[in-house]
Amino acid sequence: MKFQPTKEGYYGQFGGAFIPELLYPNVKELEDNYLKILESDEFQKEYKDLLQHYVGRPSPLYLAKRLSEKYGATIYLKREDLNHTGAHKVNNTIGQILVAKHLGKTKIIAETGAGQHGVATATVCALMNLECTVFMGEVDIKRQAPNVARMKMLGAKVVAATSGSKTLKDATNEAIRYWIQNPETYYLIGSVVGPHPYPDMVARLQAVISEEMKAQLKEQTGNENPDTIIACVGGGSNAAGAFYHYLENEKVELIAVEAAGLGVNSGESAATSQLGEVGVIHGSKTILMQDEYGQIVEPYSLSAGLDYPGVGPLHAYLFETKRAKFMNATDKEALDAAFELTKIEGIIPALETAHALAVLPKMDLKKDQVVVINLSGRGDKDLETYINHLEK
Amino acid sequence: MNSIQELFQKKDKNLLSIYFTCGYPNLEDTTKVISELEKSGVDFIEVGLPYSDPLADGPTIQDSSQKALENGINLDVIFEQLLALKSTNKTPLILMGYLNQMLKFGEEKFCQKVVDCGIDTLILPDLPMIEYENHYKQLFEKYGLTNVFLITPHTSEERIRKIDSYSKAFIYVVASASITGAKGEISNQQIAYFERIKAMNLQSKLIVGFGISDKSTFNTACKYANGTIIGSAFIKYLGKNGVDKIDGFIKPIIS
Repeated sequence: MKFQPTKEGYYGQFGGAFIPELLYPNVKELEDNYLKILESDEFQKEYKDLLQHYVGRPSPLYLAKRLSEKYGATIYLKREDLNHTGAHKVNNTIGQILVAKHLGKTKIIAETGAGQHGVATATVCALMNLECTVFMGEVDIKRQAPNVARMKMLGAKVVAATSGSKTLKDATNEAIRYWIQNPETYYLIGSVVGPHPYPDMVARLQAVISEEMKAQLKEQTGNENPDTIIACVGGGSNAAGAFYHYLENEKVELIAVEAAGLGVNSGESAATSQLGEVGVIHGSKTILMQDEYGQIVEPYSLSAGLDYPGVGPLHAYLFETKRAKFMNATDKEALDAAFELTKIEGIIPALETAHALAVLPKMDLKKDQVVVINLSGRGDKDLETYINHLEK
Repeated sequence: MNSIQELFQKKDKNLLSIYFTCGYPNLEDTTKVISELEKSGVDFIEVGLPYSDPLADGPTIQDSSQKALENGINLDVIFEQLLALKSTNKTPLILMGYLNQMLKFGEEKFCQKVVDCGIDTLILPDLPMIEYENHYKQLFEKYGLTNVFLITPHTSEERIRKIDSYSKAFIYVVASASITGAKGEISNQQIAYFERIKAMNLQSKLIVGFGISDKSTFNTACKYANGTIIGSAFIKYLGKNGVDKIDGFIKPIIS
């Protein structure tokens, strides 16, 4: 199993747990218990029940006929946008809130970029009657106002991160600092990032996406394997979930799409695999955008969920081993792709997801090529950005 | 024997160490701060390498790092500044930074530069024990460097014993479960923690940090440890009063 982490959480040279001693007991507690909990019958029963009856899974695998016609391939959309709360994020928060409960935790903290993970966390905290604090960059609070309102309505406290670029990276720093000062809290990380065991735990919880994909493709095409899977990558949780059951099957092409912002070499980008180097961020060794002295470079993307200067360690390893192909899309390409999907399929995608769609014109597709795009979230939260673009 | 061990041979009670951020408040202040601290009678100095995303630091130190980076500080400038002081400075220096800075600079190059500047002790708060055991222990030994480990009220006895066996300079006793700069007095709970550590009869010297800010907290912590490190309170004072008034912060604590 080449793409499973070692006991210490390493994917090749990437991963591990690079945390201050202050966090060691928390992380160790989780490391010692997460697999036992995830694999227990009790957890599995409760998790599956909630996914089915609360989240609304399985999410449909939809053959997008007009999109297929336009790009000359057989394109399926895995509709994570139809999940409760509107994105794939809830698969993970449902799982982790159960883990937190098993560990006896009563207070939950989380970080969020676009607000999708914040909403998904606030939702499960409301469901389980647990206190919830969400850290969000000041800039993101402004550009994702509907999600901020939702979190507040769900009873969560939203704390503005005012340091650095005031976006996702800084929200994560603030969450980690809060955790250091309040070690009794459970930190519900929203992507396949952070110290071991988070990347593995989140990937396992999102793996429900590829598990369903297999069964649905088998049913609809007779073959459980697609030729290509495309997913956008900020930290990389939706991509990890869409790739998970296909990681070891190298016949399935995996494409990870990063946000190029104003262009990979414009100085305003979040294309980590192209611009980054090996480094340590938020507790794990991965590929990271940094300057020549190791200072973390502030990323840029119009999409709040993708402007993160690193990627999860699994993705760094997929990039290094060339198991996944890394592509990117600019703000403009993503916006165009979002409008196109809306017009020809009647689906308004999240701006993050639109990056995955935006690589279709750049690919050399064949008619019988089965492509699955993980439609990670819906675009309601991005309406203001879309309206601004409509008016231009 | 490293410079901190030598220091402990001469003095092992009521040691005062001060943390400061290189390049703060001004780019050229690094050397001035060190000289003034030395003149004021500080026992050893923790030299902070400004970092963009300092997880273990509170807002005061983070702000000073941000300011220093805006001032144009970087590792090349810092090593130049420290090298310039090498012949005159007699106060032991220890270097505190985050692992990514060393990784990007080049581990061997970083270690060599540190040694060239006459420094032999490092604090890297995000260096995990397993990485230390598998890789860095050997690297640091090659350059004659020693690493300072942190312990907190939540660190297990087994882990403390292991840290003790790896420590050549001292163990950094984090006074409370907090980031740097936490306010307030030393609580009974903290004293119980200090007593528990003292009763373990460790071979290593103990220096208490995080939340030490004035004469009163310094005196209390020194009853249970060999000394303390003050960071945020000094940075705040420095930001307000400037480099020339450093004496005014140190003297009231050690007199």
